[in-house]
Amino acid sequence: MPSFLNLADKDIDGILDYIDSENTVAKASLTAGDNKTTPGAQTNGDSTPSSSSGPSELFTLVLVALLVVMLLVLGVLFVIVTILSKAISPQVVGVDQTASTTPLVQRLREGLTNTVGNSTVRTVAIWLFLFVATKMSIDGLYSIGIQQGYAPKQPIAYSHKLHAGQYKIDCNYCHTGVNKGKSATIPAANICMNCHGVIKKESPEIQKIYRAIETDTPIEWIRVHNLPDLAYFNHAQHVNVGNVQCQSCHGEIQKMEVVEQRSSLTMGWCIDCHRKTEVNTKDNAYYDKLVALHRKESREPLKVANIGGLECSKCHY
Amino acid sequence: MEQVTKRYWKGVEELRNDATYVKHAQSEFVEPSATDLQSILDGSNAPRRDFLKTIGFGMAAVSLAACEAPVHKAIPYLNKPEGTFPSISDYYASTYTDGGEYASILVETREGRPIKIEGNPLSSITKGGTTARVQASVLSLYDIDKLKGPKKGSNDAKWETVDKEITSQLAAIAAKGGAIRLVTSTIISPSTKAVIADFVTKYPTTRHIVYDANSASGIVQANQLSFDRAVVPAYDFSKAKTIVSIGADFLGTWIAPLNYMKDYAKTRKIGAVGGGNKEMSRHYQFETILSMTGSNADYRGTYKPSQEGLVVANLYNKVAAKLGGTPINAPAVTIQYLDKAAADLIASRGRSLVVAGSNDPNVQVVVNALNSLLGSYASTINLGVAVNTRQGNDQQMNAFVDELKAGQVQGVMFFSANPVYDHPRGAEIVQALAKVPLSISFGDRADETGSLAKYITPAPHFLECWNDAEPVTGHYSLMQPAITHIFKTRQMQTSLLTWAGLPNDYQEYVKRQWKNTQYAKSAGFTSFDAFWIKALHDGVFEPAAMPAPAAIAFAGNVAAAGSAIAQRYKPTTGMEVALYEKVGIGTGSQANNPWLQEFPDPVSKACWDNYAAVSQKTAKDMDVEQNELVSIEVAGKTVVLPILIQPGQADNTVGVAIGYGRSKSGRCSDGVGQNAYPLASLVGGFVSMAAFTPKVNKHSGRHEIAQTQTHETVMGRKAVLQEGILARYQKNPREGRYEPKVETSKGAVPATDISLWHGYGKPNHSWGMVIDLNSCIGCGACVVGCISENNIATVGREEVLARREMHWMRIDRYYSSDAELEKDGYKALEVASANPEVTFQPMLCQHCSNAPCETVCPVLATTHSTEGLNQMTYNRCIGTRYCANNCPYKVRRFNWFKYHDEDKFAFNYHLNSDLGKMAINPDVTVRARGVIEKCSFCVQRIQEGKLTAKKERRRPLPDEIQSACAQACPTDAIIFGDMNNPESTISKVLNTELNERAFHVLEEINVRPQIAYLTKIRNKDEGPKQESTQETVS
Repeated sequence: MPSFLNLADKDIDGILDYIDSENTVAKASLTAGDNKTTPGAQTNGDSTPSSSSGPSELFTLVLVALLVVMLLVLGVLFVIVTILSKAISPQVVGVDQTASTTPLVQRLREGLTNTVGNSTVRTVAIWLFLFVATKMSIDGLYSIGIQQGYAPKQPIAYSHKLHAGQYKIDCNYCHTGVNKGKSATIPAANICMNCHGVIKKESPEIQKIYRAIETDTPIEWIRVHNLPDLAYFNHAQHVNVGNVQCQSCHGEIQKMEVVEQRSSLTMGWCIDCHRKTEVNTKDNAYYDKLVALHRKESREPLKVANIGGLECSKCHY
Repeated sequence: MEQVTKRYWKGVEELRNDATYVKHAQSEFVEPSATDLQSILDGSNAPRRDFLKTIGFGMAAVSLAACEAPVHKAIPYLNKPEGTFPSISDYYASTYTDGGEYASILVETREGRPIKIEGNPLSSITKGGTTARVQASVLSLYDIDKLKGPKKGSNDAKWETVDKEITSQLAAIAAKGGAIRLVTSTIISPSTKAVIADFVTKYPTTRHIVYDANSASGIVQANQLSFDRAVVPAYDFSKAKTIVSIGADFLGTWIAPLNYMKDYAKTRKIGAVGGGNKEMSRHYQFETILSMTGSNADYRGTYKPSQEGLVVANLYNKVAAKLGGTPINAPAVTIQYLDKAAADLIASRGRSLVVAGSNDPNVQVVVNALNSLLGSYASTINLGVAVNTRQGNDQQMNAFVDELKAGQVQGVMFFSANPVYDHPRGAEIVQALAKVPLSISFGDRADETGSLAKYITPAPHFLECWNDAEPVTGHYSLMQPAITHIFKTRQMQTSLLTWAGLPNDYQEYVKRQWKNTQYAKSAGFTSFDAFWIKALHDGVFEPAAMPAPAAIAFAGNVAAAGSAIAQRYKPTTGMEVALYEKVGIGTGSQANNPWLQEFPDPVSKACWDNYAAVSQKTAKDMDVEQNELVSIEVAGKTVVLPILIQPGQADNTVGVAIGYGRSKSGRCSDGVGQNAYPLASLVGGFVSMAAFTPKVNKHSGRHEIAQTQTHETVMGRKAVLQEGILARYQKNPREGRYEPKVETSKGAVPATDISLWHGYGKPNHSWGMVIDLNSCIGCGACVVGCISENNIATVGREEVLARREMHWMRIDRYYSSDAELEKDGYKALEVASANPEVTFQPMLCQHCSNAPCETVCPVLATTHSTEGLNQMTYNRCIGTRYCANNCPYKVRRFNWFKYHDEDKFAFNYHLNSDLGKMAINPDVTVRARGVIEKCSFCVQRIQEGKLTAKKERRRPLPDEIQSACAQACPTDAIIFGDMNNPESTISKVLNTELNERAFHVLEEINVRPQIAYLTKIRNKDEGPKQESTQETVS
């Protein structure tokens, strides 16, 4: 069935004619403005790899700096040790110069053997090692399956920064399921075509959408946010009923060139939020009785945890 | 308070206290056998694959830390259909048909694939009810053993080639005047019949032969003889005060059970669920086997098949003697309760109903005469409304086989028919088919008949089809596809139209038919399109009120029928065979459905097999025990089956189910049981499902029958079941209630008054269930509905034998007797078991508020919610099974194996093939090996229902949220709802019944379940207890 029952075929033809005529005008203006927009788009495209490797570069820089500092400290310590050892043993001054140079290395070696041979030091070192190793392996185990920071390259270089940030297109416009059901839904190509049937048709990235439609092969996006199958999450509950902003979980999506998983999506993260978040009870008759009951018992605001938000079967079934 | 002194047992082995029974009763879960473990650990003995798996697990565990998370793809629609959203269900009204079976249904689809079938409440025929077979039919859609395209012989072919060849051959046959025959089971679609008529116009030598594997041809013939109307009339059980059924399993398999279930249950509902009603119908059942319908009867008598006609004749004579009918000349038989039945029929004259399962027209003529005497045709039977679901004509089919054998048939087509398998003369058809130049099967697989055909032009599953139906005169129903064709199949109607050279768009054809016929009967529509959309949306179109039942003069010759009966039914002394249809498998058309194969028989609780059911006395006489093989020979045809001891079965009879022993049906059903159709015979041209003089002999060997019945026992505890009789209930609504008391320093107090626990607050919702034992008929629609909704694994015969079935919901069937152990001793108990009373009790997680399972879980994998749910968290479970051990109701199931993607369970294509997995409910986790699972009260539906309410900024409506079992129940015996909402049905029922019929199972342990049961009330006379000995049948 058509979506607009009140429009006759004639009306639709009229609208299509209008679009066509406007289209030619738009094209003309588009080519005029092309020089301005293209460089911007290119820099955007160029910045993609650098921004994704950015954090790791910074990390290496900091590491190198730390290494340099540590070496310096080591050097200073060495100098201090040499000076001090000279100061506390004046009688050694009488010994010849060649002897005074060898003892330095020798003494260092002796000192080292003494330290290693010392049982207390050894015990401390072993315990320290065990502690660090355990801590690291536990941390490592906890991070299995957590993909925080995961930002895979998508088949089409779609930019949320441009669409949601710069042009301020409502998230709902493309993610049509977000208020209705479990999945927010990745937009079907026909939603892209609402605008890109007219705008930037020549862009190679948008040409990919055309090709998908022509060859009838769906676009295989790479899923960024992966909850395990054993956890049930419903967008409508959070966005429609709870009035939670997209950014609360997805981060500043309007600034992302490439979508990245900002939250850890662990159960602890979910629970934490359920403990802190107040229930959006405004104008929702579902919660009226619960709010009244809660007011009798407590002066604290009604949190998700207060209405069973921490119960297993809310997410696991 | 009266103490319950009845003894219940679940099977004879419990009664006898067999050593194996005692052993099993004490260990609910069987540890993996030595061979199970051996096969995995011992590389030499085990399949290489298992060995590699074990090694592979080690490797996987080691490299786990190093592995990267796999890349998941998210693939959106290219062009999303409007109104369809991923993860949101769409419902389409459609029609279920399988041969003559009919149900108006709603199909739940997700992203364009059907995942669940529900009843359509808009239909006045099936009234929103479903059966186990209807519920299971969604899995048959994804049957991987179906053909993927047309076949010529055993080779794959193209539709164009096949069409060309068939059309030219048909034309050649027609030109020569050669006979073409189209053999089908009952067709209830007016449009399909029109297509066949069109085909016949093109090829005038074609004749349409209709036969049913479960024939009611005798009834049609009898009505022709008695009233000059060749129909099966509509029976209205809701108006009946006395129901007498002679061998008709009308709640399980006879004619159209779905039409009768709700009406029957209406007459059995009392108290709050019956709108304050305190009257019940009285149901007498006389039969050979213990059927599901017989299990629900108030009074039940047994006869041998050779007495069937005489039982009817005697009942007729008893009634005729009082009401002035002409008596018939037939020998007298003595059957327990037959006199009483006659007296009650006469007393409730005008509100009586007699039905008989016999396919013998003479017997049915006497039944018609009896109903006529009782004035049933003006109330409970409506001859003006035909039930179209049994149109088979045995005589016609018989003539066809003769024709076929004589080589007079040039072309034959089979649609929805498999006579090689399910006709008594199947073996003759095999021989004769080879002689036919052109044979075509429309079967969805190369079945017993199809594999012999020259061409197979497979028709799709009904969920892929356009069609219509007229199940009952004047009631129309539309079938629309809920998925596009999965394989390269084509509807039979399209094929016929193609071969007849007509426009072959069947969707348009149906539409045109409706425009010409049904639209004319409608009112209030501005255009046909508006009418069509409404009919498609509703699924049904019921134009106007049907003609009321009208008295009609009986014009049959009852004397002639009587003498024919006396001629045929002569007493025998030996063994006799009664064939019957099972509630799950039916005629065997859906045999390759693992859910139905594992669905336990309502009475015997056996699955994955048919068997020779005999009474305990007969087994003793024959010196056979359960699982020992016997051979049954009828007219040179022999089947060998294991013995199952069935209390309630007539002595000296063997009951054998049809529908088993398929050989070319698929991975799940081939070789399961034995085909019993060859044991049927033709008497006077009518199929007789009995043999009076078979040879039944002991055969060497054993075959274990997988039964679910003795697994979770009641551990000898009382008050699991509470029941009473109507006469006493009318005086005291607490009749039959057992109230456990606990002694304290202040005297005896009710067990529920003392508790260690503080209980849980349920401020928001309190989900609960009420199960009315009076209207539960044991049909098991809930069991299969639950399997479908909750992705429950099918484990197979061997695992059921090891008592590891996974069903979350089971229906406990208890046999009982009135004998008292203390007074009468064990001997009396044994005698009474010959014809026991039967009670069905659906058992599922009781969602105890003081749940014993929760306190013993070492990892808090099972916890309590503030909505009264006992939650099970699979990902937290480590499989200690303490909870199952501590569960007093034995409803927790352990995943001994990985039941999905596992070669061992390949027969269960539901979880082990990509196609079958399409039937999985995406909202419910598929459980892993090593975790416990159990009923969740369909928490996914609760959450979904609450979310719908929240999105609309309102509270959930009363009864808006339904569990799968409650929705599937055809008799509304299961009531699910929010006990905190005073407007919900459950609250209203419990308001009165908590002080009357409602009880909790095992109340004395005070676990405070969220599920209450309503006492079973039988419409029996007050007074001396039931005769403890079965009257001997002369």
